[in-house]
Amino acid sequence: MKAGIFDMLGPIMVGPSSSHTAGAVRLGLMARKILGTNITSAKIILHGSFAETGKGHGTHFALIAGLLGMQPDDSRIKQALEIAEKEKMLVQFENAHLGDVHPNSVKFLLTGAGGEKAQVTGCSVGGGRILITEVNEFAVEFTGEYPALVLQYLDSPGMVAEITKILAVARINIAQMRVSREGKGRKALAVIETDEKIRKEVLQAIGELAKIDRVMFIEPLN
Amino acid sequence: MRSAYELIEKAGKMNCTVGEIILLEESEMTGTPREQLIERMNQNYIVMKESVEQGMTGKWKSLSGLVGGDAARMEALRASGKSLLGDRMNQAAARAIAVAEVNAGMGRIVAAPTAGSCGVLPGVLLTVRDVTGTSDEKVIMSLFTAAGLGMVIAERASVSGAEGGCQAEIGSAAGMAAAAAVELAGGSPEDTGHAAAIALKSFLGLVCDPVAGLVEVPCVKRNAMAAVIAVTAAEMVLAGIKSAIPVDEVIDAMAAIGRQMPCSLKETAHGGLAVTPTGEKIRNTYHQ
Repeated sequence: MKAGIFDMLGPIMVGPSSSHTAGAVRLGLMARKILGTNITSAKIILHGSFAETGKGHGTHFALIAGLLGMQPDDSRIKQALEIAEKEKMLVQFENAHLGDVHPNSVKFLLTGAGGEKAQVTGCSVGGGRILITEVNEFAVEFTGEYPALVLQYLDSPGMVAEITKILAVARINIAQMRVSREGKGRKALAVIETDEKIRKEVLQAIGELAKIDRVMFIEPLN
Repeated sequence: MRSAYELIEKAGKMNCTVGEIILLEESEMTGTPREQLIERMNQNYIVMKESVEQGMTGKWKSLSGLVGGDAARMEALRASGKSLLGDRMNQAAARAIAVAEVNAGMGRIVAAPTAGSCGVLPGVLLTVRDVTGTSDEKVIMSLFTAAGLGMVIAERASVSGAEGGCQAEIGSAAGMAAAAAVELAGGSPEDTGHAAAIALKSFLGLVCDPVAGLVEVPCVKRNAMAAVIAVTAAEMVLAGIKSAIPVDEVIDAMAAIGRQMPCSLKETAHGGLAVTPTGEKIRNTYHQ
């Protein structure tokens, strides 16, 4: 996997494990960003090494801390469970086999304050770096290093062109892009990682496209 | 695929350090000014120094109570004049333990490249700084060289214990630290490759078998061993000794060994020290 300078030296973090503590905080943070609101209930499914050794690494605390919006160097990570209780966030853990995925994988089933739902799966790939691999049952791949636009829409000819045209006019450069769908003419999902932040009016313009179902803008971590 | 050989050759041609090449590339690729990247590395260096200081107080205890106080014990031995390693190497080992103890106590550290291996670079670099009398600025630049080697390891192999065993964490840290150490002592870019290769070779096959699944036993002490091996590797290269196997090939070997390693020995706490009678006893006590 490609890595940057500060993936190798960094993050500055609360221990004890970069993959099981700091990476877990970042996975929680990304899941929170994808839902886009405060979380009222979270079911957290742990796989592989997360399930086996999570307790010893404070993984449970770290995942909750991320869902609460804490950063990996937050000294309150140890108290995440108590803080979640105070903030009335219901948390439930489960161990399960999630299939042929990275050993440090987790799946979040989240409900937001306004009844919003999100399903997010991701893994911690070492040194605190993460990869989001599934959003609302669509296969994706993004790292939280770039601003990311996650779009759910109805598959139709020219849809990608319409979306990228709006971005082009707004002078937003695409770094990575991935499109997947349930089937021809059915629900589709695009993940577009960009170099620039995406302004509100641009998001609005994309949201007004006829076949768009949902627009999520996820700010990068850090 | 990225190769250390290419980085070293480029640095040799441009008559600069490997770290300088990495810094130029990152600045160009991300559009972040050079000064900003150096300042960010300085922040890492500051936290490294703080974690050494905190750990040396001996006041840190892990949540399980398994580790803590060993850095202070090493310092007491050094102060008594009875150290076998001598002052400098004793300090390299003690400082590595200090940072690893802060980490186990849920304190603030810099992952380098991971939290489990966070003591190696501070232990080695602060000590090489003391020995050579080099400036903090040069130490910060040597951290870019360390990062460069780490980036090659991450791309060709892995720095995750769950993927590659302990060799991927503590071995990578030792290789990165050896490269930075030899550079601080006046070595060439080519020397950094040899030092990294020699250090890394000493850890090939090392499994990740944490007792009770905690980043405590044997992790904390392995940080001290890696610090000593990294300095020894740098010393060998300064003496003119070379690695017979080039660093890229050592990294590829590490990747292959990691793939062949069973899951029980990759951070799952299902093998090795974790399942010894004492390891099992500790697990049962902790998980009660």
